[in-house]
Amino acid sequence: MISFLRRQGYLLEYSLASLARRPGKHLGLVLVYATLVFLLASTLLFTQSLRQESALVLAESPELIVQRLLAGRHDLIPASYLEQLGTIRGVGERYGRLWGYFYDPAVRANYTLMVPRAAPPAAGEVQLGAGVARARGLSPGDYLSLRSARGEPFSFRIAALLPADTELVSSDLMLLNAQDFRRFFDFPADRFTDIVLRVRNPVEVRKVAEKISLALPDTRPILREEILRTYDAVFGWRQGLVFVLLTGAMLAFVIFAWDRASGLSGEERREIGILKAIGWETGDVLRMKFWEGAALSLTAFLLGYLLAYVHVFHFAAVLFAPVLKGWAVLYPDFRPVPFVDGLQVATLFFFSVFPYTVATIIPIWRAAITDPDQVMR
Amino acid sequence: MIRLDAVSKVYNQGRHNEVWAVRDLRLELETRGITVLKGPSGSGKTSLLAMLGCLSRPSSGRIHLEGRLLSNLPERFMTQVRRSTFGFIFQRFNLIRGLTVLENVMLPAYPLAPDPGRLRDQALGLLRQFRLEERAHNKSEWLSGGEAQRTAICRALINDPAIIIADEPTANLDSQLSRELLTLIGELADQGKGILISSHDPLVFDHARVSRVVELRDGRLA
Ligand SMILES: Nc1ncnc2c1ncn2[C@@H]1O[C@H](COP(=O)(O)OP(=O)(O)O)[C@@H](O)[C@H]1O
Ligand SMILES: [Mg+2]
Repeated sequence: MISFLRRQGYLLEYSLASLARRPGKHLGLVLVYATLVFLLASTLLFTQSLRQESALVLAESPELIVQRLLAGRHDLIPASYLEQLGTIRGVGERYGRLWGYFYDPAVRANYTLMVPRAAPPAAGEVQLGAGVARARGLSPGDYLSLRSARGEPFSFRIAALLPADTELVSSDLMLLNAQDFRRFFDFPADRFTDIVLRVRNPVEVRKVAEKISLALPDTRPILREEILRTYDAVFGWRQGLVFVLLTGAMLAFVIFAWDRASGLSGEERREIGILKAIGWETGDVLRMKFWEGAALSLTAFLLGYLLAYVHVFHFAAVLFAPVLKGWAVLYPDFRPVPFVDGLQVATLFFFSVFPYTVATIIPIWRAAITDPDQVMR
Repeated sequence: MIRLDAVSKVYNQGRHNEVWAVRDLRLELETRGITVLKGPSGSGKTSLLAMLGCLSRPSSGRIHLEGRLLSNLPERFMTQVRRSTFGFIFQRFNLIRGLTVLENVMLPAYPLAPDPGRLRDQALGLLRQFRLEERAHNKSEWLSGGEAQRTAICRALINDPAIIIADEPTANLDSQLSRELLTLIGELADQGKGILISSHDPLVFDHARVSRVVELRDGRLA
């Protein structure tokens, strides 16, 4: 056992020395390698925390939303539907929501205007999302002036800014009370944007949704799990896009590594021959080269992963954000919450280290099994 | 005692550039004293030494070392025999660039995993014996020809082999250094090492300490 460890120690020592002997070649390799790991890891870390964030937000969203459809398009829903929905078995608490979009020509962006259910702002006051506040350069106490649906100017006092921890969703949000909302949009008094239901027994959500479709044929119930799935699909798609690009990069890397390795220089080939001639076994040479590759790829992997971590969690993934989050105008200042998934690290490690090791070990193996008498020439 | 039975070595067999480097060689060699394989360039000396030293296998025929059949051992055992029985001094020295003299000398012992302190002491002892202790921590590529060869000798001795194989050891040395080398080789023979040398240098095969000269021509005994 001691002798086994000692032997590996000698081989490791030799391979480290051998890495140090050709710094140019190996440094270049580490850099390319680390860049690849950096890109892959950044994507994974970023999309994962994005997905977690949106799941967190959606977890608080209602189980069932009922919209009215008119000619297949979303229409305002009459307040009287609230009572009819109350007669359906299994439906618990229910309320109408008021929300909509407003295009602000001053900053060329859409705001989401919404009446919160709990603690709505006082008349003439609003709570603003950070994105809106940034775009308009506003802080609490300032006034925000917008033109209403009738063309009259409306002035809102900013009571507060919305907390930044859910900024991904609330960035473009503007909260106001129901009277202000209806007056601003000239919104009919007996209508809501949609209706939200709680279902007493969560298992029955689908059944309740079916009953609603039957009782109120001009409506469409939307389940939370469907929203979750849509979000997932969107993020998944974006991630897929990035992955396609990265696969290309990966391929290039494998070719590069292959080229580096199969183009074992004459000197390296001779070195392998010398080692064998003076008494190293083929296995010793392979193990030594394995240590060499392991040291190199581990360094590159750690370096790349560390940089990705810093990039995503300290610099909010500045390089990727546009692709992964979409080109929102009121760009959310999303600060991902540090989160590392062990399985993900393992997968990434496997897919970056394994191809490299295989790509390099085969040509070395071919060089190592040939008879060493060539070194006598 | 090394015995060769109808040993042949052919390169590129069956192709247009087929070369019979050694043909049907029958020979017995002592494993003590100094034996010189003499012959012009291309006569098959290097090919023969490579087979004797387990660096390659005969294309046909058998080689026995002290009664043990070497020529069809599996590769691993061949390496073990090579490591424990033979030390090589190559014509082009074959030191590894970028490593120090000391590291080069210790290299053949790595697979045996000896105690690092002991290995180091042993290597330094050899370097002292061959007047290289001041060079121990220099990179091998900065050595003069004579120093590089003495380093190669130290490396050949580190695993304490019974037989030293030297391929044209004076080819890259002037007469003065060649004589010094032969003195060193004589000392090794005195210590009980068997020496196999190939050479077409009269300084070598006419040397007083040489116990036997085997002459080759076109891969056969001349
Ligand atoms: N790897 C090889 N492939 C083809 N021919 C070879 C090879 N090695 C040696 N030869 C040929 O075998 C013959 C004997 O070579 P060698 O054993 O080196 O003789 P010497 O050492 O006496 O000069 C030469 O003609 C040489 O060209
Ligand atoms: Mg030769």
